Order: sequence, then structure tokens, then C-alpha cells
Amino acid sequence: MLTILIDGIAYGMLLFVMALGLAVTLGLMNFVNLAHGAFAMIGGYVTALAMNRLGVPFLLTLPFAFLIPALVGLVAERTLYVRMYRRSHLDHVLFSIALVFMSIAGADWLLGSSQMLITLPPWLQGRFEVLGVGIGRYRAFLIVVCAALVIVLQMVLAGTRFGARLRASVDDQRAARGLGINVNRIFALTFATGSGLAGLGGALGIEIMGLDPTFPLKILVYVLIVVTIGGTASLTGPFLAALIIGTADVAGKYYVPELGAFLIYLLMIVLLILRPQGLIAPAR
Amino acid sequence: MMTDTSLSPLLASPRPNERVSRDLLRRGRWKPAEFVFWLIVAASFFFLPDRHLLLSEIAILGLFALSLDLIIGYAGVVSLGHGAFFGLGAYVAGLTSIHLTGEPLTGLVLAALAAGLLGLATGPLLLLRASDLTRLMVTLGVAMLVLEGANQAAWLTGGADGLTGVMIDPLLGRFEFDLFGTTGYAYCLIVTFAFFLIARRVVTSPYGLSLRAIRDNPLRARSMGIPVGRRILGLYAFSALIAGAAGALLTQTTMFVSLDVLAFHRSADVLLILVLGGVGYLYGGLLGAIGFKLLQDWFSAITPQYWMFWMGLVLLVVVLIGRENLNALPRTLLARFRKEGRT
Repeated sequence: MLTILIDGIAYGMLLFVMALGLAVTLGLMNFVNLAHGAFAMIGGYVTALAMNRLGVPFLLTLPFAFLIPALVGLVAERTLYVRMYRRSHLDHVLFSIALVFMSIAGADWLLGSSQMLITLPPWLQGRFEVLGVGIGRYRAFLIVVCAALVIVLQMVLAGTRFGARLRASVDDQRAARGLGINVNRIFALTFATGSGLAGLGGALGIEIMGLDPTFPLKILVYVLIVVTIGGTASLTGPFLAALIIGTADVAGKYYVPELGAFLIYLLMIVLLILRPQGLIAPAR
Repeated sequence: MMTDTSLSPLLASPRPNERVSRDLLRRGRWKPAEFVFWLIVAASFFFLPDRHLLLSEIAILGLFALSLDLIIGYAGVVSLGHGAFFGLGAYVAGLTSIHLTGEPLTGLVLAALAAGLLGLATGPLLLLRASDLTRLMVTLGVAMLVLEGANQAAWLTGGADGLTGVMIDPLLGRFEFDLFGTTGYAYCLIVTFAFFLIARRVVTSPYGLSLRAIRDNPLRARSMGIPVGRRILGLYAFSALIAGAAGALLTQTTMFVSLDVLAFHRSADVLLILVLGGVGYLYGGLLGAIGFKLLQDWFSAITPQYWMFWMGLVLLVVVLIGRENLNALPRTLLARFRKEGRT
């Protein structure tokens, strides 16, 4: 029971790290970026290839799983996304679906359609017991890493000048521009960070979610659900939503496997009916 | 739209009501290009006899995209899950033929009704919060639920193996569905044309005009006294009904249903089709279906495995150029041509 809860929390944390970039894109530029999962896939492949082909240790690959998608995200933002901000949501959807299609076919072409597997270092395998509750080492590792990330992000958002500017831009872009904040630059940086985080999430998630070229589509639904339920007004909303979805998904698969993926979609629809503005509604 | 907004009827007519109905009549009149389009479509039946299977697929995709055009182009609701209705229609048509009757028209009607009911039942979810993201997620969520449902209810749908044993009786008791798809194509064409006529009638009616008002400015439409929620719901259900009919056509012409009809790529493809052809004038779906199928055939001939990449690239370019610019391209070219001719 508690084991499942902890698995669920680990899964939810992972979802949150992946969804964060999307939440910010949506909140800041009102851009529906369905291609967010593609960046997660890049991160996953960076780690998998570095480990399997170059023999780099798992932990050492993680910084690259962050940096490379961030770089790709930065380039994509400056060259492609920047042209789309003022378009309609339909255009956003089409544009990012096109990117998803291309990334799936591209990954298939470059790396083959098979599942990527990695072997974790021995100290992350197996499980240990705390007060009679079995906890997977990797799950505990995930929770620690993701929790650290969340705390750092929260500190950056709440305590630094950059964070203040970012919050100002999310709240009221026009007023922020009027105050001399370079919203475009903030957005480029945030987009890159979000893509990098997604990549990191993808890398950390290989062990749990697997990795193959259809990954962007698979993860897309989960990430979108998290953002839709959580709302984009704060970090807390998506964080709570990610934990709820993660736990519900793991528990559902364990207790009522015949329901399959039914549960999270139902949960999403019910939550949307109960809280149409998101779990934590914007103050306005 | 492509109508000129001249002031003459405004000055000439004594009463506003008359003016409105005259304007509506003018909008509803058939243009020469429309006659030409449907004549070409009818001609394809006689002059391309060895392509009837491909043409049937195009007609079905066209009808499906037409149904999506109704809600995107006329109600402004972006949907990522229209495949749910298509798939439901396909399954209902298949199940009807196995358990009830092989008569194709019964299956068609039942499939369309079932899909329409699902639209009516899930439509209220669209009205929760009028943000595009929520609508995307709700439509996607419903589509995923239907897919999971079909996957889990293997005793009914055959699960991942698909529904086999679909047998369709001759159309109207006379025309056997043949291997070359000739009857199938005629059937698809007639059904598509019939639904097109109904859809055209709906969008050129006063009802359709109120829908356009909602699409352009929901707030204003509401303050004018248009029941926004009910209109969107009605059109959504109607659109779902047509999508269900398109699904039924697919089942009845291919005599097979699998989970593929509910997959996400169906919903994405139909969006792509609609965008290729242009949103908001009913012909977009039909033209887009032709373009899409031809492109797909061409790409999969070059790279059988990776045609998705090129499809994505085409979509990317279309969006980057701008849909409006692309749709206006023929007209601007024509205008430039005329101007040069004059000088």
C-alpha cells in the first residue's frame, strides 16, 4: 500500500518535471505546445545512447540530458516558435503536431523503432526497507532528485530577480513590457529551461516509462492532463496535479488493471467538471 | 468569407428582416465553381474505374473532415478527438452487420445516431471553460476513453484483433459490394453528397449565421441573445453524427474494423486534411482529403516507413506560411495577373 503510494509519488514528481516547461509556455505565451514530449524524448535518447554506445555512467549523462534538449529548445524557439506566438490556437496545435510527427519519424529513422533499454548502476537497483515498507532504490532516488529540483525552481522563482521578472511577465505581459522587462529574452530562456527539464525527465523516466520513437505522443497526454488540471497560475497547481495523476495511475494499474488507462482520463474529466479553472485558480 | 459587403441591399430594402433573408438567399445560392466541383466528382466515378477503392477512401476522409470543419470553421471549437465519433460509427456499423442486419443503410443510420448521441452527451464538457486548451483536452480525453473502452471490451469489439466477420448485404437489395469498390464508391459518394447538402443548408440558414456570430465573438453573440451553449452543443452533435456516418462508410466498404479507427492519428490526420483544404467553407475537407491522399500515396511510395516525417514537414510549412495566405493565394495571383494584363 505505502509502496504503491511512494511509486506513485515518484511517478508524479517525474511528470511534474516534464510538465513544468509546458505549463510555463502556456502561462507565459499562451502557446499550446504539443511538441513538448519531443524534448523529453531527446533527453531520453541522449542518456540511453551515451550509456549504451559510449559507456558513460548514468549520473554523468544527466547534465547532458538537460543541456542538449535545452539547446535544441532554444534554437527551435528562436527560429520556429517565435513566429507562431501571435497566431491562433488552431495554428499552435497544427504546428506542434507537425513537430511531433517529424520527431517520431525522425527518431525512428535515425535510431530504429525498438525500445531503448538502459542498465542502472547497481546502487540504484533493488529495494530497501524502511519500517517494513519496501521502497525501490530508484524510486527513492527519483523522489530525492525531483524534490531537489522543485525546491531549487521554487527558490529561483520566488527569490531571484529573474524569477520576479518571469512572474511579472506571466501575470501581465503588456505591463511587464512597459516596465522595460525584455519578455522575449525571458521567454527564450524559460523555454530552453523547460525543454531541458523535459529532457531530464525523459532521461530519468526511461526506467519507468520506457523509451521509443512514439514517446512524444505517449507522454503528451499525461503532461497535458497535468497542465490542464493544475492550471498555469502557479507551480503548486501543476505539482499537485502531477502527484494526483501519478498516484492515481500507479494505484489504478495495480488495483484495477482491467480499467487500464480509463482511470486518469475519467479523473481528468471529473476534476475539470469540479474545478474548471484548474486546481489552483488564478487570483484574477 | 468570400462575400462582398456592398451596401446596396442595405439602402434598397425597406425592412431589415427582408434584407437579412435576401442576404441569406444570396449566400445560399450555388456558385458555378461548386457545380464544376461536383460534376468533376461525378465524372471520377465513370472515368477512373480502376481507382474506385482509393476514391472511396478519399470520399470517406472528405466526409469526416467536413464534419470537423463544421465545429472548427463554424463554431470555433478546436477538437483533438474527433476520431472518437468516427471510430464509434465504424464499430456500431460493424456490430450492426454482425448481430442485427447486414443491410447497409440501417447500419449507417444506427452508426450516425450513436455517434450523434455521444456528441450530445460529451458536448456539455466543452462548455465548462471556453479555453481552447480545456477543449483540446476534453475532446482528446473522450477519444482516449472510447479507445480504451473498445480495447477493454474485447468480447464485443474483438479488442486488438479487430472485428471480423462483417458482412454487408447488397445495397438496396440490388447492388452487390464488389471487389473493385464500384458499388462502394457510388455509395460513399451519394452519402457524402447528401450530408454535404444538409451541412450546406445548415450553415447558410439563419441558424448558421448565428453560429458564425458565436465563432467571431462569443461574448457579443451572447449579449445579442443567441443561446451560445445550446448552439455549440447542437452543432457539435450534428458534426459527431456526420463523423459517425463517415466511420460507418469505412466499415461497410472495407468490411473490417480495428482499433486503428479510434487511434490518435485519425484525429490528427483529419485536422491536417482540413487545414490542407482550408477551414470554414465546407469544401476544405473534401479538397484536403484529395490532397492528403495523393500526398500520402506519393510519400509512402518514396519512403514507405517515414512518410509521417514528410507529412509533418508539409503541415509545418503550411502553418508557417500561414493558412490564410495559402487560401488567399489563388485569389492574389489572379488579382496580380489581371493587373498585369491591364497595364
